[in-house]
This record gives sequence, structure tokens and C-alpha cells, in this order.
Amino acid sequence: MSDSLIEMTNAQLHYKVGNSISAMMGLPSTVKAVDGVSLTLKRGESVGLLGESGCGKTSMGRVLVRLEQVTGGSARFDGKEIGQMKGAELQAFRSRSQMIFQNPFDAVNPRYSIRRTLEEPLSNAGIKRGEWHDRVIAALELVGLGDPEQFLERFPHQLSGGQLQRVVMARALILEPEFVVADEPVSMLDVSVRAGVLNVFRDVRDRLGLTAIYISHDLALVRYVCERTIVMYLGRIMEDGPTEDIVHAPLHPYTQALVAAVPTPHVDQSHAPLPIGAGAPDPRNPPSGCVFRDRCPLVQDRCASDIPQPRKIGTRLVACHFAGS
Amino acid sequence: MPEAAVIRKPRVLSRVFSAVRLPVGDPFAVVGLVIYALFIVTALSAPLIAPYDPTEILYTENYDLASDLLPGEEGHVLGTTSLGRDIFSQIVWGARSALLVGLTAAFMVAFIGSIVGLLSGYFGGWVDALLMRLADVAFGIPFLPFVIVISAFSEPSIWNTVIAMALVLWRDTGRVIRSQVLSLRSRGYVEAARVSGSSDLKIILRHITPNILPLSFLYGSIAIGWAILTEASISFLGFGDPDAISWGFMLQDAFNSQALARQAYHWFIPPGLAIILVVSAGFFISRGYENLLFPKLGR
Repeated sequence: MSDSLIEMTNAQLHYKVGNSISAMMGLPSTVKAVDGVSLTLKRGESVGLLGESGCGKTSMGRVLVRLEQVTGGSARFDGKEIGQMKGAELQAFRSRSQMIFQNPFDAVNPRYSIRRTLEEPLSNAGIKRGEWHDRVIAALELVGLGDPEQFLERFPHQLSGGQLQRVVMARALILEPEFVVADEPVSMLDVSVRAGVLNVFRDVRDRLGLTAIYISHDLALVRYVCERTIVMYLGRIMEDGPTEDIVHAPLHPYTQALVAAVPTPHVDQSHAPLPIGAGAPDPRNPPSGCVFRDRCPLVQDRCASDIPQPRKIGTRLVACHFAGS
Repeated sequence: MPEAAVIRKPRVLSRVFSAVRLPVGDPFAVVGLVIYALFIVTALSAPLIAPYDPTEILYTENYDLASDLLPGEEGHVLGTTSLGRDIFSQIVWGARSALLVGLTAAFMVAFIGSIVGLLSGYFGGWVDALLMRLADVAFGIPFLPFVIVISAFSEPSIWNTVIAMALVLWRDTGRVIRSQVLSLRSRGYVEAARVSGSSDLKIILRHITPNILPLSFLYGSIAIGWAILTEASISFLGFGDPDAISWGFMLQDAFNSQALARQAYHWFIPPGLAIILVVSAGFFISRGYENLLFPKLGR
């Protein structure tokens, strides 16, 4: 058994967009949601995937649970290419790798009772019907839904967002997976219940020794949950390293902007202005060379021609020609 | 738990009912449902209601041919035809063939259309391309001439209408259901089911089909009216089964007997009225379904 559970090597996920007419007009025909990402996740490690919307962080998570398949490069789970699994191997993968979805109201079938929702993975994994009840109860207890019996015959619309997100987590965890992708699991919830759900996620992860990817656009949440952070921008990794280092001394100019943009509760304290512009470029038509160069305060001529490769700076990997110098 | 096994059956039934959802909130739909109920009861108990065999040539007590009787004469509620057949009995038996044609054609249309829509929308790719090009072909076929061609190549029978509808009219249902499936396929719970290892078949049957069933029923209920109307047109044009009594056949019979010139309104008003009632009842019901399905459309 090797040390690493997830390995991505130069992974790409390019979507075809547009039609023959837009192609004739010279518009680009692909969106590079993930473009040349390499990363390794050790067993038991949890990583925060940070970036603004449209940067490809969700796409990357979807590749790792095989809701999408890489169009280039490779993405391996426990040494096996995820996109090439078939039959029993795929079935086994399905119970070893799970996803917690962003919108709990959409992630459970409104026609299904909580019991049916939770029984579906059990039945798929071929677990004996006699064990279902106990497993369902155990999963609901695991995610902190006290007195689980009362939830079994309820329907999603009878639950609050926080309760529903716990059900979604219970469904992801009921098969005791090794790897979980959590796609902004609290972004649809009231602030008042976020902490509860986050704590459950942290506790369960530690108790089960999960390898986890926590996708978020919120640095504060990532910091709360993960010891390692990966910052993405337009399908590429900008910076990768220990969360505390990134928070306290961001190296990549994009990360610096993200850290500066975290709001503080001190409203009268004036905010340092963002060193970058407000809008990301059209992902169909990213800048040549470094994708961040048109918003970058450090930009020089070289950035337009050379794609910066990740460089090791201290504890971190940084994809910038000039960072740290 | 032995109790659970007992409870399970009605739960399945109620699930089917809640999926089908009769549109009882809409007054028009309720009128439609009542007409349909009468129509179905009439069709099912035709031998009990009809006083005569609809094809039997009747004679009066004086052994004269009982032809051209006006409504009410000699105990014939709606009179008789020029061949001496009882019109009321024909209407009653006509309901039976209308129901037969309507239901089978509607079932075929809804069934084939739903299957096509599900496969096309869910799998996409070449399955989608193939089925949708077939739908394009079906859209290009003019319907009534197609039925006539089918009738010409086979024995005259009411089933020609059903076959023709099954071959052509799945296209609308298929297209609509496909678009619905396309949006359902990307719903979170469908993706969640896939991540937790549900097979395509299971996802289609358990997560997607229950959501398109009301649409299937909408298109099915539209198809009932279409089928009855088509069968009537075909019979009226003379391509129908001469041995099967249908409302279209009655209209043709009236036409051949020069009903208008002889001012024999009782020959064609009853079958015409019956067709109008049943077809518009179908329309009311489908309108009710539409309100249920797309409450935001308004009117």
C-alpha cells in the first residue's frame, strides 16, 4: 500500500463549448476548467481547495469522484486511473470515495424519506438488508443528529438546511469511505449553523482518518478545517502549502490578494485596497503564459510568454516567476 | 417486522397515485374527468346499456324495415339509421372502440415517447443523436396520409390508427421528456446517487422516471383525444373497419345516406357530439395537468 491515495499528474479537464458558428467566428471552442494540475494527497491528509468561482476547484473535485473524467493527464486513486475503472473495481471505488454536495436542498431526492436516501448507498454496496437499519442509525448519530429514529420517515422539506446537510454527510459517510470531497458544504447554510456542520466534518474526518478535499472560496473556513491549502486560479494551481504559512505569509500575488480580501469584524478599521482588479478574465480565453498576469501587480514581459512552473519556496510550491524574490 | 410487509403495498400504490396526481383542483379538469368517467363506464358496460346489437338490422312489429326512424319512435331513443340500426346502441358500442383505440394509442405514445426521452436525455451522445434524428423523421411524416397508407397496405382495422400513432406521435412526447430529463440529470441528487454507486438503470427508474411520469400522463391524455379524432377521420374517409362500429363509422354512414339532404340530423349529431365531448374532456384534463406541472405559467 503506497503512502499516497490521490495522485494527479498534469491533469486536464477541457469542456467543449460553442458550436460550428462560434467556431467560424474564431471563438475558442474549449473551456479549460482544469489545466495541467499535479498534486499528491497522502492518506489521512486533508487539503483545502481555495479559489474564486469558476477557477476549476469544483471540477477538480468532480474528477476525483468520477462525475467527470480527465481529458488529458492522469488522475489516480490508490494507484489506479479513476477514469478507467470498470465493473467491480468501479463499484468498489464508489464506496471508497464520496462527495458532500454544496446545496443540501438539491442533493437529496425530495420524494425520498431520509431512510430511503441513506439506504441507497447501502443497497448499491451490496450490504445485507438486515444491517441497514443499524447502519443508518449509526450514520445519523455520527453526523450529530441526536435521536436519529425520529428523522427516518421524514422528508427533506421537513428538515432545516443544517439538518439536511448532516443527512448529506451521513449519506457520504455511511459506507465508511477513505476519501471524501466536500464541495463548499456550508456555503448554502445560515451562518449560525455553519460552525456546527464544520465541527461535525472535522470530528468525523479525524475519527475515521479520512483523506479529504475541502473545496471553498472562503479562506477562513479552509483555515478552520485543513492543515494544507491549495490555491487555484483559472484551472491552475497557484500556491500549495501549509495553511498557516499561506495565511500569515502568502507568497503568490493572487494568494496575497485573497488573504487581504478576508473581511474582518472590525467595520471601522479601514481595509487595505485589493492589489488586483475585480474581475477574472473569460475562462474561454485566458491570458497566454501566466493566467494571472492581467491582474498581477508584479507582471513583467516574461509572464506573457512563459507559463510559470511550480517552484519550491520554503514549505510551499508557488507558480510565479517573481514571488518570494 | 411483519407489519412493514403489510404496509408496503398501499405505500407503493399511494406513491403511484401521488406521481400521477389527478388534477382535481381545476373545475374544467373536473368536468373533463366526469365526462371521462361516464365515457369509460359506458364503454365497459356497453352490452348492458345498449338495447340492440349495433350492427343488427331491425324490423318493426309489422315486419317492416325499421329504417329512418326519428328519435323516440318505436322505442328507439335516438332513432335508427337508413339501414335500420339502432343509433343509441351504436353510440354506446362506439364508445367502446373509441376507448380501446384511445387508451392503447395513448399508452403507446406515452410509453414509447417516455422511453425515447429517457434514453435520449440521460445517455446523450450517439443515442441522443440517433433518436432525435428519428424524431425529426417522424416530425416530417404527414400524419393522416401516413395512416391511410398503412390502412392501404393492411386489412382495414381500428388498430391501423393505433399503429400509425405509435409509429409517429411519440415524437412530441419524446422531445418534451428528453428536455425534462436533461435538466433532471444534472440535479444534485442524481449526481449523489451516481457517486454512491447507483447504476444508470437504477438512477433512471428511481430518481428520474417518477419526475417525468406526470408529463407522460399529460401527453398520454392529449393522445387519447388525438387517437379518437384520427380514428373518426379515417373511418369517415372510408378507410376504417366496416365491421367495427365507431363514431367515425357512424358519421360516414350518415354521410353516405345523405343525412344532410334528408335533414336527418339525428344521424350525425349524436356521434359528432360524442366525439366533441370526449376529445374536449381530454383537453380539459390535460389542461389541468399542465397547471399542475407548470403552475407558474398562469393563463
